[in-house]
Amino acid sequence: MIVGAGRVGSSLARAMLRDGHTVSCLDEDPEAHARLEIGLEKPWEDVGGQFTVGTGLEIEALQAAGIERADAFVAATDGDNTNIVIAQIAKRRFKVPTVIARILDPYRAEWYEQQGLHTICPTRVAIEMLETEVKEAAAKVARG
Amino acid sequence: MYVLIVGAGKVGWNLARELLDKGHEVTLIENDRDRYVTVEQELEHNVQYGDASELWVLERAGVSRADLVIAVTGDDEDNMLICQVAKEKYMVEQTIARVNNPRNKQWFELLGIAPVVSATDLILRLIEHEVPKYGLVHLLDLPRERLEIIELLLADDSPVAGRRVADLKMPEGSLLISVLRDGTGFVPNPETVLQSGDEVLAVLDPGMEEELKAYFGPDGTSSD
Repeated sequence: MIVGAGRVGSSLARAMLRDGHTVSCLDEDPEAHARLEIGLEKPWEDVGGQFTVGTGLEIEALQAAGIERADAFVAATDGDNTNIVIAQIAKRRFKVPTVIARILDPYRAEWYEQQGLHTICPTRVAIEMLETEVKEAAAKVARG
Repeated sequence: MYVLIVGAGKVGWNLARELLDKGHEVTLIENDRDRYVTVEQELEHNVQYGDASELWVLERAGVSRADLVIAVTGDDEDNMLICQVAKEKYMVEQTIARVNNPRNKQWFELLGIAPVVSATDLILRLIEHEVPKYGLVHLLDLPRERLEIIELLLADDSPVAGRRVADLKMPEGSLLISVLRDGTGFVPNPETVLQSGDEVLAVLDPGMEEELKAYFGPDGTSSD
């Protein structure tokens, strides 16, 4: 189950579906459904996907999207705070075995990771990649 | 006492002003630039600009020496997480959070954020108190003390109407504390005879509401 069908959420959803898993997406924007179908020949539902309109704070929406039978839950909305809260809801309230939260703020990602929340921080990855590239460039300059 | 308030809306701004007047040290954090500039004209150095969801903003405001953190932004997720981080990362003793949408109250509880204040809930309770059509009004929760105070209206057919307080068999864990009759309240004694139309206040252990309601008459609707 994926909350937030933006660029990240929708791509992950299609990849998981292609891999043969059952995938359900929850997004507050009904238009997000169109993004799920990018590159697909058939409608999202016809290829076995599920889509629910609602937010991750609405218990009815979570249940409609099937959180009670989810093996994995990904919080990938565009808001760090929303992701941190709904990941904790999935974990504590619904006891989903695997919960992953996307957190852009590296400091909070680190702290919540220490608290036992599985987090992915794209910002940290970007910083590390940029650092490596720039250091290589600097080394080239130093070598002349 | 050092108080950190997040959100300089009407609630936050007025709270800051009142607490400063009472002689407390206060820092107010606001993340809307225009609002910050407005509030800063009055509160000057007591207000800081920034998004208190970010740890460095809280740290700059001295969160770890705060005695109390109050999160009153218009966003429930922000309020939840600011309190969670204040408590669990910076070891702040006491937090108070505002609930904007009463349906999110369960998530504050799930994350261990207490106490919470919900204006909608407060007004709803006031409506129930002023318009006692529901029979039972939940007046006050004291979760830390594990007590609740409720108000019950005795209907015409209440089984306890016409009985002496001494003859009541109040459920274990509940106590009658006062009676409101014809607009005045008094503390009953064993000889007090309850009447239909009385509004009684009772203190009880949490979760006993239904039992007490059944005892005082299941249908406590207004007699008018």
